[in-house]
Amino acid sequence: MSELLVSNGWVYDPLNRIDGERMDIAIRDGRVVDGVSASARIVDASGMVVMPGGVDIHSHIAGSKVNLGRMMRPEDHEKDVESRTSVMRAGVGRSIPSTFATGYRYARMGYTTVFEPATPPLKARHTHEELNDTPMVDKGCFPLFGNNWLIMDYLKDGRLDECAAYVSWMLKATKGYAIKLVNPGGVEAWGWGKYVSGLDEPVPKFDITPREIIRGLCKINTFLNLPHPIHVHTNDLARAGNYETTIKTMDCVRDLYHGGKPIIHITHVQFTGRSGTDWINVGSGAPEIADYVNKHEHAEIDLGQIIFTDTTTMTADGGFQFLLYMISGNKWGNTDVEAETGGGIVPFHYKKSNYVNCIQWGIGLELALMIEDPWRVHMTTDHPNAGPFTEYPRVIAWLMSKNARGNVERKLNKSAHRRLNVSSLDREYTFYEVAITTRAATAKSLGLKDKGHLGLGADGDVSVYAINPTTINPSRDYRLVRKALRKAAYTIKDGKVLVKNGEVVASVPGKTLWVSSDVPQDTYDQMLTNLKERFEDYYTMRMSNYPIGEDYLKASRRFETVAGQRI
Amino acid sequence: MIRRGDKLEPTSFEEAVSKAASILSNAKYPLLFGWSLTSTEATCVGVELCELVGGVIDNNTGFCHGPGLIGCHDIGVSTCTLGEVRHRADIIVYWGANPVHAHPRHITRYGVMSKGRFREGRKQRKMIVVDVRKTDTAKMADLFIETDPNRDYELLSALRMAVKGEELEQEVIAGVSSEKIEELADMLVACEFGIIFYGVGLTMSHGKSRNLDAALSLVRDLNRLTKFLIMPMRGHFNVCGANEVTSWTTGYPYAVDISRGYPYYNPGETSAVDILSRRECDAALVISSDPIAHLPLSVAKNLSEIPLITIDPHVTATTMVSDVVFPAALMGVEARGSLYRMDGVVLECKKLLDPPHDVKTDVEVVRAILNRVRDLKRV
Repeated sequence: MSELLVSNGWVYDPLNRIDGERMDIAIRDGRVVDGVSASARIVDASGMVVMPGGVDIHSHIAGSKVNLGRMMRPEDHEKDVESRTSVMRAGVGRSIPSTFATGYRYARMGYTTVFEPATPPLKARHTHEELNDTPMVDKGCFPLFGNNWLIMDYLKDGRLDECAAYVSWMLKATKGYAIKLVNPGGVEAWGWGKYVSGLDEPVPKFDITPREIIRGLCKINTFLNLPHPIHVHTNDLARAGNYETTIKTMDCVRDLYHGGKPIIHITHVQFTGRSGTDWINVGSGAPEIADYVNKHEHAEIDLGQIIFTDTTTMTADGGFQFLLYMISGNKWGNTDVEAETGGGIVPFHYKKSNYVNCIQWGIGLELALMIEDPWRVHMTTDHPNAGPFTEYPRVIAWLMSKNARGNVERKLNKSAHRRLNVSSLDREYTFYEVAITTRAATAKSLGLKDKGHLGLGADGDVSVYAINPTTINPSRDYRLVRKALRKAAYTIKDGKVLVKNGEVVASVPGKTLWVSSDVPQDTYDQMLTNLKERFEDYYTMRMSNYPIGEDYLKASRRFETVAGQRI
Repeated sequence: MIRRGDKLEPTSFEEAVSKAASILSNAKYPLLFGWSLTSTEATCVGVELCELVGGVIDNNTGFCHGPGLIGCHDIGVSTCTLGEVRHRADIIVYWGANPVHAHPRHITRYGVMSKGRFREGRKQRKMIVVDVRKTDTAKMADLFIETDPNRDYELLSALRMAVKGEELEQEVIAGVSSEKIEELADMLVACEFGIIFYGVGLTMSHGKSRNLDAALSLVRDLNRLTKFLIMPMRGHFNVCGANEVTSWTTGYPYAVDISRGYPYYNPGETSAVDILSRRECDAALVISSDPIAHLPLSVAKNLSEIPLITIDPHVTATTMVSDVVFPAALMGVEARGSLYRMDGVVLECKKLLDPPHDVKTDVEVVRAILNRVRDLKRV
């Protein structure tokens, strides 16, 4: 029996409505309990902020395109290295750290759970091999469904039941956690070097529209009772005026909402929140998007906040990455995956002198500050697309301090600054709201009932930051906040201290989270018969070699759901 | 097996592990080489061992497709899985590659003879071969371009000009007439979906990574006009896996020096052939590879003169000169494990038979050495 007491800290636990109360958190055998014996190890958190371990909902940390990014960018690795210690493996990488370094760096910031949001199902085994080598955090991956040929065939034929059974099979086969859509239909078009614009242009040779794909998968997601809503990277990413596509995407499933949790998660909206008609007049569409989200409970978003730095953009949206190469002239990687998806990589440096980059910076912050409900706007940088995850403390400082934002605004491109609303926004996040947007809301959105809070029975994942909320003013002392968040005083995972004073003191492998959802057996069998017939027409792999066994995961944590009665 | 005097003599597994661990932990700059014909899992353990003994981990990439990776550092790469080729490609180019002999099932499974969703078969595809001689692959081609040896860079550069619509002033370039280059450029531009498969004929001819700079740039240029991709025809069955593993664990695809405590990469300085030719390493572990037979004589000689540990299912020239030899189970027959196909798709290899008595898998051997080194170093 192992016992730990995090004593006397200022606890922020929004899911249990605890807003900065001085409390002890007791953990026994990896779970939060109501008390521990006198022999428990004591972590003194006096004068410090205590939160549940951070939960990152969207961060590209593992898989084939991440690794191609690593292979493409030795210059990214040389400038940031991690030496081997008695508890740590060696590593490198600033914007695309090696797997071990990724785990350590998350733990140093107090994060204990991370989701890789774009896994080509055919290459899911690769993702899991990397996740197995990503220590310190629990993790999972979202397989890509939005350009899958079988999905498009099923939806076009109106065979929603079989399609749902196929999604259920795929989640089990790939050990995936949620349904991810990237530029639905558009990535298939990119297979021919073409593009699909908006929600209603048919996908070449498939006779189906992005709208039909999004609606179909949204219905299936609800039917399968999956823990997380569909996770959507919209069409028209990075184009001027694409905020309208973002709103249309949210609106296209509005009628499918019947209360409760949101049914659609739009990711890295900074990239899809632009107004204007061209690069020269691109502006922020954040006010319109925020207004829509404020008025509609069925949708939630994450930010994808820009950091002004050199980073590596990588998405399954191969067509977008090609456009970014054309704009930047930087090196370009592309990886198309048969019958399923694509992927692309372009290194990119966001600059304060660049008009469009400054607009992007403003869009992210405007979204965070204008959407009233912090439970439906999650803090991310779409790592490493808009900036490496190690810069989260910088983003949080911007959210908590108008002064911190003002310091950046002074250096922004002047015409971009004039077009933004950021300087007129006075809102400053509290520690409570920070706890919501970085752990409580993300855990809730992911349906992780044991994470993101510190109530009885919760996972013993705790982060302690050496900053006293009763004596400092984050608006003024944002640098202190930033510093404290960069290096947690303690990161505790399953009741074990992994990080002390920002240094890794112990390593654990972390578990891989995935979803097994059961559908009615007859539909499932019918789907399997049909799939066996078609599988080898589509893939260059035998169907029996496709599924990944549970024993393949270093430590598996399965979440089970049962499908509803009708779709 | 363990060397006593001039002879390799049978020994216990434990003694061989102790000897191997003591060689590696006493070495100042050991080389851990091979990893291209073993499981991904073995390479993962190998990287950990390399960190612990502070050496260099390298695979066969350095003398086959390394230039492709170096080109990728500069230009990037536009590639895909093989199924994309099967379903969509209407132009398939082989450049310095002879799959009829080197990848015998490639052409029927993924090449011009395959049947995909959008292509019925041979009639809807064109095959182009660029090579220095009329190979058996070239005999199948719709267009064969015979180029002078070692002039690929010139030919690729001329082709890039032609693709961009610029006029070629020389009549003959790299042994090929400018009309033919223009004909080739027109075919590439007019296709719906094209791909270049390149072999060591391109990577190991004069120019090396410069050739790949040109080839990758050509493909990048073509994407402004149509859809075009490129893929190396890799050799060893899991050399891609070795590249992937060292990339995710250390950041670099091959030639990784961890002697500083953190990974450092500089092919030419940290690659196996160069380290051996400069006699820098003082011990080596070779796994499922035969460098003594494949490397230049002087390099092989240097390797044979240092303490050498070999893990291999076969008797090879390298095992013959080794100080410790671990006969290992044959991957995919006697041992399971994952491997990366040349397009990056991971397959799980199954085990059909038990290995002979006392024969361990690569993973077991490397892990046993790692654990013994840990004991010796008390970590």
